[in-house]
Amino acid sequence: MKTFKIHRPKTVEQATGLLPSRRGPAEIDEARPMAGGQDLLTEMKSYLVQPESVVDLGAVAELEEYEVGASLRLGALTTLARIASDTEIGARWTALAEAAASVASPQIRTQATLGGNLCQRPRCWYFRHEDAVCIKKGGSECFAESGLSKYNAILGGGPSYIVHPSDCATALVCLDAEVTRSTKRGERTQPLEEFFTLPSEGSVMRENVLKADELLLKIEVPALPEGWKSTYLKFKERASYDFALCAVALSAKLEGGKIEDARLVLGAVAPIPWRARAAEEFLAGKQSTPEVWEKAGELAMEEAEPLADNAFKVPLAQGLIQKAFKSLTDGGAK
Amino acid sequence: MTRDHSSDPEPKSLSRRSFLKGAGGAAASGVFVGELATGAKPVEPTRCLSSEETLEGDVEVTFHLNGESIAVTVEPRTTLLSAMRDRIGHTAAKSVCEQGNCGACTVLLDDEPVYSCLTLAVKADGREVRTAGGLAEGGELSPVQAAMVDRDGMMCGFCTPGLVMSVTACLEKNPRADEAEVRQACSGNLCRCGTYPHVFQAALDAGRKMVASSNSGSGSAGGGR
Repeated sequence: MKTFKIHRPKTVEQATGLLPSRRGPAEIDEARPMAGGQDLLTEMKSYLVQPESVVDLGAVAELEEYEVGASLRLGALTTLARIASDTEIGARWTALAEAAASVASPQIRTQATLGGNLCQRPRCWYFRHEDAVCIKKGGSECFAESGLSKYNAILGGGPSYIVHPSDCATALVCLDAEVTRSTKRGERTQPLEEFFTLPSEGSVMRENVLKADELLLKIEVPALPEGWKSTYLKFKERASYDFALCAVALSAKLEGGKIEDARLVLGAVAPIPWRARAAEEFLAGKQSTPEVWEKAGELAMEEAEPLADNAFKVPLAQGLIQKAFKSLTDGGAK
Repeated sequence: MTRDHSSDPEPKSLSRRSFLKGAGGAAASGVFVGELATGAKPVEPTRCLSSEETLEGDVEVTFHLNGESIAVTVEPRTTLLSAMRDRIGHTAAKSVCEQGNCGACTVLLDDEPVYSCLTLAVKADGREVRTAGGLAEGGELSPVQAAMVDRDGMMCGFCTPGLVMSVTACLEKNPRADEAEVRQACSGNLCRCGTYPHVFQAALDAGRKMVASSNSGSGSAGGGR
């Protein structure tokens, strides 16, 4: 790691005041915010970013909110270990607890925060390679598009084909969460779904709307309406510590064998948590049968455009969608 | 592109050899039984960094390492792993991937498992750090360490100090942890030799032993599972 200073602000205002008003090239970046550091330190060790200073958010009390009430309010500094072990979150916002528990390893979850998890950078091996100047690092090309693309996007790709690595993002978009961030003019709250940006829409070098001098402050998740349950399924290449090859977050109201309504979000298939709207529309009011689940999977993958090495994600996503419905139907998840 | 690493932290008193020598003859437990090597001074913590607004250049950090208060001068970028190994000379936690993937550097920070390679030393200021080097008491291996020896839970042994700490964290929370919980607790530790089944068995043995010994005081027989 290149040498750096550490600022230790106590308030959001102090913290954002220390952040640069715009991002420079990675190697001359002025300052980066750090919460648990579990992603940022790996980026710095790989010389992907070399900030002059790190703004340690650890002492910013405003980011420590934790309220499990009518709704769920989680400050950006909430650790994933805390979310994963909170039995009330597990009972009422099951998909989030399952997603948090599925992240990395116990060692990471001890320190990793919700804010950091949502703002973590992609895992694409070209992006993570120190010497590969891909389109996300100011280059002209997405090397995955013509190169090795096993872990890349099948939906929403272009001009970059990264997939969003956050498990919690997929679950939280499914649970209709809202995100609050600091802006120059105060705080702004918006649906988390709108926080994430496709490379074709926002800056190709970013994955969300957060500006260089803004901070993700908190997440609020409404209570699931009466009769709704949720679950998060993550498929990895190995059972232990890994990122998803594909993930599914499903929340639905199932009653008398019927799907009253459902919300279906896919992870690790697109540069953002991918809402399967066509499938959601089809599912509303249908009987909850394997045939209907299968059809929902087909609709969710209708627009998929796999690259050379990742067509396997299509049947994988379809299988996970069916499994998620089966899990909710069997009452395994709440 | 060749990266100039000359600005990376310099080992000030690398004393792995003296550490191992100090650890003495117990062959199988050489990686466990340690005492603080030279290079850092035991002190009473006099201040915490928390009042400092900006950390730059040389920073003095004070933390408890296996119960002993240590003051050590680091840079803001120095990891806890580097501070222990390169500055203090305490080499129980191993440096392998340096990217938070392998778990060889696992230590307990205030009783929770963390990767010391992904923890800045300044974040340990005023806190308790425990390594496999501090588990033995009076030359007696901890239940987890002893079970690792009994169950042949290591081959090359390089991952062992990390696995021992992951298992220790798990069993301190719940000595009745079943195999699924033990596997989950070990999921952030890689063993290239593939000793996992023995490690899991060792963890279950150690848990039983810990339950039994906590029950023995109250006269109940064993900690049956």
